[in-house]
Amino acid sequence: MDALRVVNLGVKVGGRKILQNINLYIQQGQTYVLFGPNGSGKSSLLSALIGHPSYNIYDGRIMFKGMDITTLPTDERVRMGMGIAFQNPPKVSGVKLIDILRHCARISGQSEEKIQEYAEMMKMADMLNRNVNSGFSGGEVKRSELLQLLLLNPDFIMLDEPDSGVDLDNISIVGDAIRKLLERDRSAEERQKSGLLITHTGHILKYVDADYGVILYKGRIACIGNPYDILEHIEEYGYEGCVEKCLRRFPNSNQK
Amino acid sequence: MSEKVPELEPEVRKKLESVGAELKPEERSGTFLQVDQDVKFSLKWLEGVELMGIKQAMEKHDWLEDYLWRAVKPEDEYTRDVEEEFNGYFIRALPNVRVEVPVEACLYMREVKKQKVHNIIIAEEGSEINILSGCTSHPGVHSGMHIGVSEFYVKKNAKLTFTMIHSWDTGIDVRPRSAAIVEEGGVFISNYILHSPVKVVQMYPAAYLKKDATAIFSSIVVATENSIVDLGSRAVLEGENSTADILSRTISRGGGVIARGHIVGNASDVRGHLECRGLMLSEEGYIHAIPELEARYPNVDLSHEAAIGKIAEDEIFYLMSRGLSRDEATSAIIRGFMEIEIKGLPEFLKKEIDKAIGMVEKGLSV
Ligand SMILES: Nc1ncnc2c1ncn2[C@@H]1O[C@H](COP(=O)(O)OP(=O)(O)O)[C@@H](O)[C@H]1O
Ligand SMILES: [Mg+2]
Repeated sequence: MDALRVVNLGVKVGGRKILQNINLYIQQGQTYVLFGPNGSGKSSLLSALIGHPSYNIYDGRIMFKGMDITTLPTDERVRMGMGIAFQNPPKVSGVKLIDILRHCARISGQSEEKIQEYAEMMKMADMLNRNVNSGFSGGEVKRSELLQLLLLNPDFIMLDEPDSGVDLDNISIVGDAIRKLLERDRSAEERQKSGLLITHTGHILKYVDADYGVILYKGRIACIGNPYDILEHIEEYGYEGCVEKCLRRFPNSNQK
Repeated sequence: MSEKVPELEPEVRKKLESVGAELKPEERSGTFLQVDQDVKFSLKWLEGVELMGIKQAMEKHDWLEDYLWRAVKPEDEYTRDVEEEFNGYFIRALPNVRVEVPVEACLYMREVKKQKVHNIIIAEEGSEINILSGCTSHPGVHSGMHIGVSEFYVKKNAKLTFTMIHSWDTGIDVRPRSAAIVEEGGVFISNYILHSPVKVVQMYPAAYLKKDATAIFSSIVVATENSIVDLGSRAVLEGENSTADILSRTISRGGGVIARGHIVGNASDVRGHLECRGLMLSEEGYIHAIPELEARYPNVDLSHEAAIGKIAEDEIFYLMSRGLSRDEATSAIIRGFMEIEIKGLPEFLKKEIDKAIGMVEKGLSV
């Protein structure tokens, strides 16, 4: 079954085209990894998928669970089962982490006890009464984002660099949470959840497995393939070299 | 203990409830209601506290004369007006009596054009008392004036918490005039919440603090279209080691707000902090923050912060990405904005203040 289908998507920010001709098809149970150099448009793609109002879709469409959601507001997408962990979420002054967690749990129908349980699992139990993201360390921000998603329990999960800024002590907690969210410990047939995971370094792939890898390069999709092969190529040839090889192999994948 | 609160008409009851009135004896240690210029009832369920109409109190205690017009002086047209004719309440906690459950005193405007009130509140040495004062007008009363003089006397090592909740109507002019004298080691906490349209609320309550005394003023106000709220708090730090915090959260939803604050450091080792935050929810209206600090002694520590803004779109988006609707996200942010951490506020009152904040929210969502 379809989870996400992105067709010829073009996105502008402030009048500037930052994504062009994006095609992506993610089936239920599959996890994609999105690679790409800084500034290639990875975060922008997730913003467009979740419906951030600054990211203007000038071309193409987004289908989720078989429905065209291109113009749907963010909260409705989330209520349909989309979820996102941001790379750099804003502080929301006066709104406590616990307040948000309660909303998340309410939407997914999970109990108050789950809040405590997951908070402990994410080592965030002491942070619940803090204003969300204010004064959080880099690692705390990532764990807070994942904690919110655990309580929201979405079907399609977007994760923007969940491994950046997380120290060695915490990376396995982050990895465990992502595997749980994406049901990676279940067999492929039983798995319901799908995901799109951005990693700049590929670090997280040591903790979470994935089905496909995609390179986003200068706002376009340049490569699709086995995520571990892609990562190896990137490490060996750099993004530029890797993309060049891909383009030679699939000359149409970055067609105008 | 068995004295019961007389039955009230449902619409009166509802208005009183909107300003925090709770008519169950187990939730209050006493209750007082003045309608226009008359004391409707004055009941008290605990020993160690005096609660009665000010007229009756003046008959009972000769010494009360000395407290009238001591903290507040009859200096402007409003106070002079009250000097001529008034009613009001008298509340007193006897020495070393500590009453956690609040005393309630409500002022209700029904038929008069002008309600004139003079209240005296005394916390004797070592006592502790919490007062909730709700002031409101009858549905359909569209014009009039409420002048309330309140004088607070917090004696040595006593603690007085006064929480005033206002709900008026578009044509009512409200002029509270109040001041507190806080003796050595005393604590005065004053909370103010306004959650309805009003013509004008204008006040500048003051606290005069002796050695080691503390004052905290907090206010949460909303100015809806055509309302003008000119609100300040003043702390005069007269005794060494005294401290004051003035915290305000003002919201303009089309109305005008002047958020004042003034701390005077007049003795050594005093500390004062003023924090005004404003939130603009509409293209109309204004918020004008005027924080003032005045040092009259070298060894003082006075500071202020003022910030005015609107709700950030990226904060709304963030909450929407967790499934909150735009309206839910907006009200979560407004609610967060109004939350003030008040040190030393009794649990009981936190609940009442939360309830009142809920009323502000309700008022904003119409
Ligand atoms: N909100 C925005 N306003 C202006 N420019 C933006 C915005 N978001 C992204 N961009 C621009 O779009 C490009 C892609 O950015 P981004 O999606 O953050 O890349 P990545 O996540 O791959 O590092 C960059 O040039 C960036 O400056
Ligand atoms: Mg990014």
